[in-house]
Amino acid sequence: MIGIVDYGMGNLFSVSKGLERLGADSFISDDPKELSKSKGIILPGVGSFRDAMSLLEKQKLDKFLREHVADGGYLLGICLGMQLLFDESEENGPAKGLSLIPGKVVRFKGVDANDQVYKVPHMGWNRLEFKHASPVNEGLEEEHVYFVHSYYVDTDESFITASATYDVEVPAIVGKGNVFGMQFHPEKSGKMGMSLLRNYLSLVEGKERA
Amino acid sequence: MLTKRIIPCLDVKDGRVVKGIQFVSLRDAGDPVELAAFYDQEGADELVFLDISASHEGRETIVDVVQAVAGSLAIPFTVGGGINSLADMKKILRAGADKVSLNTAAVLRPDLINEGSEYFGAQCIVVAIDARYDEELGSWRVYTHGGRKPTEWEVIDWAKEAVSRGAGEILLTSMDCDGEKQGFNIALTKAVSEAVSVPVIASGGAGNAEHFQVAFEEGKADAALAASIFHYKETSVKEVKAFLKQQGVVVR
Repeated sequence: MIGIVDYGMGNLFSVSKGLERLGADSFISDDPKELSKSKGIILPGVGSFRDAMSLLEKQKLDKFLREHVADGGYLLGICLGMQLLFDESEENGPAKGLSLIPGKVVRFKGVDANDQVYKVPHMGWNRLEFKHASPVNEGLEEEHVYFVHSYYVDTDESFITASATYDVEVPAIVGKGNVFGMQFHPEKSGKMGMSLLRNYLSLVEGKERA
Repeated sequence: MLTKRIIPCLDVKDGRVVKGIQFVSLRDAGDPVELAAFYDQEGADELVFLDISASHEGRETIVDVVQAVAGSLAIPFTVGGGINSLADMKKILRAGADKVSLNTAAVLRPDLINEGSEYFGAQCIVVAIDARYDEELGSWRVYTHGGRKPTEWEVIDWAKEAVSRGAGEILLTSMDCDGEKQGFNIALTKAVSEAVSVPVIASGGAGNAEHFQVAFEEGKADAALAASIFHYKETSVKEVKAFLKQQGVVVR
């Protein structure tokens, strides 16, 4: 049973629909007590980092997420939800994140090394390049997935499972222990996205059986 | 590398897909949910639904369409037409759409772009611009109300204004080319794409696969949208992508 965190920032419907297509049970909640019944949490989210953090804090969901991870529960952050896993973001002035993975969130410059202007947001289908083996990309080939974001994560190479190239090397799948993040939208990334979500589900199901 | 997107557009009226030739004559071309699944299978990168219902009852049906489509589709989709308020945006996005497209309402009240962008983030807000060349202006003029009403806005000025207010993408339709199948309006597309920092979707005039290549390479479009050539199977998304790949355009 996947618990989807509802803190008022994100397209929860498409995430839960994606899980439904995989035949997985899920529930949406903003209540730490309810969410604590799940071994696998998904933190979705679109919008501003600062607003998202203050909403999480207001509902004590930041504390819940840290405890959930410390207790060995799985956590998958999607899009803004992935960025929130890191230490801080420069979006609208520096703001603190959940600090579950070391790193910071920075904006695409919009101008490359040769002074050529490029489009921000990074919007559309880009190809994953696998960097490290992880349970979430196990058995999968490098494929295109759907990105929409103006900020990206600057983190140590050791936490990057897969990246995509958009001016810089953009961390696309990150992981540290039982914490995972996807910068793209797996629920909107066709068959590849569904396969990635299925791998995360398998992890959670393994934990539920154990 | 980021791929160029091919976006079939489905004009929806009272829950059914139709396509107007130069916005006037309409032909029924099928069921939205079925068509959405078909285009997903074909390799479409995204879908756009434009609600062109004239009546209040007709417009209410779009929410059901959005819900049904969201339940089965694993690629992003945008919904436009008749979205006049933040409440309308909430209704559509909560029903499962990924983006909303604003047109007339944004011109009438530009603050709507700011409101939507602040609430949902720029990535959810597409501003659709209907453009027609104007001799007097010496440039393209923005039209509203389904292309019926000329405005005071010059297209590039309006595109810049929309982006400064928080539009995450521009859907640019050339009324001069729409329905003619002679190719996208390259000069217009290039002018807008180079003027704004966000992705631009070229629309209006697609007649064959080569037209897409020209829109991407010369028009600097990030995505290209078409309706009738796909709906009436004059070509397919699959064929267009195979052609583009052969020509060295990066597609999924």
